[in-house]
Amino acid sequence: MVDFGGWHMPVQYGGILEEHHAVRNTLGVFDISHMGEVFVSGPEAKIWLNEMLTNNVERLAPGECQYTFLLNEQGGVIDDLLVYLLEDARYLLVVNASHIDEDVAWLEAHRVPGVTIENHSDEFAGVAVQGPRAVQLFDHFFEGKISRPARNEIKRYDADCGTVWIARTGYTGEDGFELFFHAPCAVNIWNTILELGEPFGIKPCGLGARDTLRLEMCYPLNGSDLSPEHTPLEAGMSFFVDLGKPKFIGRAALAEQRQNGVPRRLVPFKMKGKTPPPRSHYGVFKNGALIAQTTSGTVSPTLGIGIGMAYVPTEFARIDEEIEIEIRGRRFPATIQKKPLHNKTA
Amino acid sequence: MNVPEDLKYTETHEWVRVQDGQARVGVTDHAQAELTDVVYVELPKMGAKVEAKAAAAIVESVKAAGDIYAPVTGTVVAINEALENNPALVNTDPHGEGWLFAVTLDKPEELDQLKSAAEYAAMIGE
Repeated sequence: MVDFGGWHMPVQYGGILEEHHAVRNTLGVFDISHMGEVFVSGPEAKIWLNEMLTNNVERLAPGECQYTFLLNEQGGVIDDLLVYLLEDARYLLVVNASHIDEDVAWLEAHRVPGVTIENHSDEFAGVAVQGPRAVQLFDHFFEGKISRPARNEIKRYDADCGTVWIARTGYTGEDGFELFFHAPCAVNIWNTILELGEPFGIKPCGLGARDTLRLEMCYPLNGSDLSPEHTPLEAGMSFFVDLGKPKFIGRAALAEQRQNGVPRRLVPFKMKGKTPPPRSHYGVFKNGALIAQTTSGTVSPTLGIGIGMAYVPTEFARIDEEIEIEIRGRRFPATIQKKPLHNKTA
Repeated sequence: MNVPEDLKYTETHEWVRVQDGQARVGVTDHAQAELTDVVYVELPKMGAKVEAKAAAAIVESVKAAGDIYAPVTGTVVAINEALENNPALVNTDPHGEGWLFAVTLDKPEELDQLKSAAEYAAMIGE
């Protein structure tokens, strides 16, 4: 068990490799109660959120979500999050556990009349069911009471214990669902999922597998791969930034970068052959010179080789570029890869 | 947790098996269970001198790297080369096929400072 954003959470239940493979091959379930749930509503909510976030919430129809960023004035990342339009003028922001207080304080500081912000993170629990068998589990779980939400959609289900929000989202690269609900529902939902998932070989999964799964997909982790020192454009996330919007916090810095180019880019790399596992904060070398520090690293359970990410100077941010990673004083060869590191064949 | 009677143990969760005047070293069942999923092992070089209680090897799981401390002072006379291709042996057979290295017993009296199976079992709460 480790402290994670103030939550006491398991790194693993059985073992990271076993949990990782369960999600890639069949089914895994994660306790994501640590994630923050912040509701934003009111007649001005849409216009105001568009000035707070990089993506364009006007593109959301009710029941849809998008990935987006909360930036500081310099264009650096405060947090990355999913914003769901639950119903007209009512949004759910699902934010990182370690940044709930910071995000809410930032939003409150910029709030305008006609916008209500409610932080329900403490009352909400959540689970993520991820893997190729997730749709079958969904069908067993809801028994036709509601139909499956489509990718990036969210649906409401009124259970005896309270409202359950079901989203077709995740952080693993596999198909799956994330359920957000009031804490009193939690034990029953968790146990029911484990019971119904048993025929599929479901495994409860901890933070360790969550990290290896997301890193194979090159999904950034805030605090590691995202930080106030780097913009979403440097992180290679321009798809989630709408510079066509006239106004949002951080826009000027991003427009300048779009015009003049980014000085560095977050790239994934793969070790060449057998090496010790790369981890975060290891030196990245090119032609004998230190050019970056890794922001994430692990041994990919799917590929069986060391992988990671780093912000390298743009001139080196090319696929197949040869670099070296320094591990305990020795340098090991690696190559820059395209995203994602793991390609689903199914 | 398996704590074989015929081994000596350190507070840092290594085991020692004395045979033919040499000390064979590995990590305990308790340690491998805590580490889980060993994916890489860095062993000392043949002929290297190791000091009791000094880091002599590194065992890495998916999540973390752990130092392995030499239980006794000596010269490395054998390393488990099978771990290069199959580091998971540390998990599956920590007291047998998953051994790490063997050293000469330069200071046999150091063995007296190691824990017995009963003492080690008590330490890990078995």
